[in-house]
Amino acid sequence: MRALAERLRVGLVAAALASGGMMPAAWAQGTLRIGMTASDIPLTTGQADNGGEGMRFTGYTVYDALINWDLSSATKPSELVPGLASSWAVDATDKTKWIFTLRPGVTFHDGSPFTAESVVWNLDKLLKNDAPQFDPRQSAQGRSRIPGVASYRVVDPMTVEITTKAPDATLPYQIAWIMMSSPAQWEKLGKSWDAFAKTPSGTGPWKLTLFAPRERAEMAPNAEYWDKARVPKLDKLVLVPLPEANARVAALRSGQVDWIEAPPPDAVASLKGAGFSIVTNAYPHNWTWHLSRAEGSPWNDIRVRKAANLAVDREGMKEMLNGLMIPAEGFMPPGSAWFGSPTFKPTYDPEAAKKLLAEAGYGPNKPIVTKILIAPSGSGQMQPLPMNELIQQNLADIGIKVNFEVVEWNALINLWRAGSKADVSRGATGMNFSYFIQDPFTGFIRHLQCNLAAPNGTNWGHYCDPEMDKLFDQIRTTFDPVEQIKVLQKVHEKYVDEALFLMVAHDTNPRAMSSKVKGFVQAQNWYQDFSPITVGK
Amino acid sequence: MLSFILRRLLTVTPVALGVSIVCFSLVHLAEGDPLSSILPVDATQETIDAMRIAYGYDKPLPVQYALWLWKVLHGDLGTSIATGRPVLSEVGRAVVNSLILASVATLIGFTFGCLFGFVAGYFRDSVLDRAASAISVFGVSVPHYWLGMVLVIVFSAQLGWLPSTGAGPDGSGNWKPDLEHLRYIILPAITMSVIPMGVIARTVRALVGDILSQDFVGALRAKGLSEFGVFKHVVKNAAPTALAIMGLQLGYLLGGSILIETVFAWPGTGFLLNAAIFQRDLPLLQGAILVLAMFFVALNLIVDVVQTALDPRIERG
Repeated sequence: MRALAERLRVGLVAAALASGGMMPAAWAQGTLRIGMTASDIPLTTGQADNGGEGMRFTGYTVYDALINWDLSSATKPSELVPGLASSWAVDATDKTKWIFTLRPGVTFHDGSPFTAESVVWNLDKLLKNDAPQFDPRQSAQGRSRIPGVASYRVVDPMTVEITTKAPDATLPYQIAWIMMSSPAQWEKLGKSWDAFAKTPSGTGPWKLTLFAPRERAEMAPNAEYWDKARVPKLDKLVLVPLPEANARVAALRSGQVDWIEAPPPDAVASLKGAGFSIVTNAYPHNWTWHLSRAEGSPWNDIRVRKAANLAVDREGMKEMLNGLMIPAEGFMPPGSAWFGSPTFKPTYDPEAAKKLLAEAGYGPNKPIVTKILIAPSGSGQMQPLPMNELIQQNLADIGIKVNFEVVEWNALINLWRAGSKADVSRGATGMNFSYFIQDPFTGFIRHLQCNLAAPNGTNWGHYCDPEMDKLFDQIRTTFDPVEQIKVLQKVHEKYVDEALFLMVAHDTNPRAMSSKVKGFVQAQNWYQDFSPITVGK
Repeated sequence: MLSFILRRLLTVTPVALGVSIVCFSLVHLAEGDPLSSILPVDATQETIDAMRIAYGYDKPLPVQYALWLWKVLHGDLGTSIATGRPVLSEVGRAVVNSLILASVATLIGFTFGCLFGFVAGYFRDSVLDRAASAISVFGVSVPHYWLGMVLVIVFSAQLGWLPSTGAGPDGSGNWKPDLEHLRYIILPAITMSVIPMGVIARTVRALVGDILSQDFVGALRAKGLSEFGVFKHVVKNAAPTALAIMGLQLGYLLGGSILIETVFAWPGTGFLLNAAIFQRDLPLLQGAILVLAMFFVALNLIVDVVQTALDPRIERG
């Protein structure tokens, strides 16, 4: 009987589609409940906090940027695609001027239209301290994402001009960070961002319907979403903060949630055994030892750097993590569009490593003794203690004796900002850090550009190579995307061939989910698209 | 009685001030930047400096303390750095949730603690005593965290009888003591009750043994009082101490066990403290610790007063 009713329902919907040509508002296929690793609902006003996870769940769901990430493919690295801007181009004569043509007919969830005024209002929200809508919390998240922006103005209701401080071809990547909140909703709510956080309004595929701090957020599909292909199929998306890994596993196993982020590696086998699927994919994440190039650092010798890279048993580490890592072949994950063709392969070859180290004048009888900063936990740090201990053992085998200085994650971030030459870094010559490497700036430039040496920027190791700086300048001045990729490949080849980092692992962005969850495509990105997902009964 | 209460209130004031200084300064001892929770890891120094001024962390510590205390005295615990929400409302919501959990746990712990304690004390050195004592020793010594995980594995993951996390089907917002919400409280409350149960049982056992060996019990029996009548006297004599222990245990539980609330994602003070510690959310941490410390001070005061009322022989001063 139920099957008959279901068939009748499908038939009726098909008939309605065929006769009227109307898309149903949403297919209304279940509720998806997700256990996040965050301890609170990330900021819901636009620029989300809580790093990549925040943008994934309360950024790219409720909001759009002028330029979005294409999250539709699991097999190729994500690329930028038109979002609220249908097109953009740099001025042919003045390479600091960019024109963004906006998508017509887009409305915010509150019904107000999205225009060029909205874009300027949102940039003021982050950059103009005396603007009424200036929000320190969103500014803290967004301001440093658009370092190239000098000014902006409305050209006409559907066109915005953004001027950069210097020619900067990475601007589209920067703009993809900036979420557009509704000025009309903010006005309506008494110009209060606190009120806006409870009833936000963006242009994204999801509308926030419930906001219970630290406990729960619920979202419903935005049936009016401008990209019809991305109108969510679910009835409801529920986000639950479950910071404790075992609590997430318990919630999944007891059926309280359908999906958990980052299951602990030692739970993978039992979850698989209980019928849950573990979904993983490469994404722009890097777990590395950032090496100091300050005077006296043993890593100033390329032979030592290469030897260390050849000494790490990455396959062994992968086994230790129950498969939840991708062994590094370079700084970017294998398959990245920017990978290029480096000649140096950081494989596991202890004999070659010992030989290189001997050439550099070291060995088991005359070991290098050095100190590395690590944290016992931290965002994106995977399983830092066992992973670092394995490397310590591997390096000891070839004649590099590593002592760890273990500090708490927040303290490590401060040491990272201070730089390897600062007294607070306690003479360490390396730091274990994991990186978001999704765009040219976060992926390459910020780590190694001369004038970003700490504390001016986050070039922790004080590396400086005019040749590398020249390549970074080329990234910024190459406006043809295809040519720009070629420059990015050259940069990556230099990163790998000169073994500028200890290249160890990439996270696989693991998530465990019930077999009822269908249609999820895990993009090679920090953000994900929840629109195509359905949840069966 | 009134002068006793007034005297106790007077002694509470310097304690409260001391507590506030400790609350404020302790959290500053930890490494790390309180603004790191709201700033992206690669925020520029300029942004960090601007935020430090905006949140008042550029001022010397004593000035920060004075400003904080002034606000606290006016009922304002400040604003959470990580969430931007008022600390008072965050802590208030969490305290209510912890109070619900702690009350249920204390009720379970007190009931079973007294039961086991009286049984063990009355039937000293019998099999019953040994069994009750074994249970209370287990209660005191079993790691909370482990017991919570075991209960979750058995009753949530394997049997699927009870939910493993959260305070209700829609969170704690509309909490009411109905069956649906009570299902969520059972596992965390049982996990939480084992320590007070063990402590109370051991105390009551010792008390009962002590009371039964006193002369007045012999006198009561000699006067021909029934065993139940004697029992009532024993209970009355044991009650003040048992109540005092219960008050202290409730105080401990109100602090919310960080481990239990984190394992069960129960949105109480322990869960809040855990988040505040990891996010370096100093205003929230200071506010939450202060409120909990004040709870302790108030509870001690109440227990003292109740004890004096119950047993007029206690002359405090």
